[in-house]
Amino acid sequence: MAAVKPRVKVPSKASAGETITVKTLISHPMESGQRKDKDGNVIPRKIINTFAATFEGEEVIRIKVEPAVSANPYFEFDMKVPGTGTLAFAWTDDDGTVYTEDKKIEVA
Amino acid sequence: MNLTRRGAIALAFGAGAATMLPLRTWAATNNAEELIAAFTGGAATTEGGVTIGAPEIAENGNTVPVDVSAEGATAILIVAAGNPNAGVAEITFGPLAARSAAATRVRLAGTQDLVAVARMADGSYARASRNVKVTIGGCGG
Repeated sequence: MAAVKPRVKVPSKASAGETITVKTLISHPMESGQRKDKDGNVIPRKIINTFAATFEGEEVIRIKVEPAVSANPYFEFDMKVPGTGTLAFAWTDDDGTVYTEDKKIEVA
Repeated sequence: MNLTRRGAIALAFGAGAATMLPLRTWAATNNAEELIAAFTGGAATTEGGVTIGAPEIAENGNTVPVDVSAEGATAILIVAAGNPNAGVAEITFGPLAARSAAATRVRLAGTQDLVAVARMADGSYARASRNVKVTIGGCGG
């Protein structure tokens, strides 16, 4: 399987109190558990089941994800920047692996 | 093999039943209303106050862009009424979310209604739905 690679788009600079749009994408097959291989065996479910973004320990958004979300799940949301800090992203896989990515936001 | 009249009829019935079977399980497993009831705790939902955006016609059901927004909502549940499993996503907004809105991409098995239910800060629930026509289903088996 191709390596799971998160990609996020966050402005590196913002002003305090500004609303920014955050776009995230992670390469993941999101195997739904509905498909069958060519021998008729069900391919076991393997999806990202939770996505969360936190800024300096404070939660911005949390999404409980079901198999109906497309492969390479994409999430977009708006957040308010209270000050300089790190925006931390976490994707939790069905097998328990947590993929993380951090982005610094500087307030000028 | 010696094919008798009785054997042929039995075979025809068997084939008919086998092709109907997947369709039947499809309809029976959709739990859209149960999921909504679990999310609202059985509370009544009102129309309006939440918007769900999706293309009217999606050519490929594998990735259908969907966005939801609801002013003053603390959480939004998205369900697909025509998928084998109705659940799509449950979005919870934290204190730093600028507005209660999010966008993602979903799989749709066929032409169906997408339903968004928002939990408002005052504990009420709003609901909106949108029909999406799908040309190629996204839950291939």
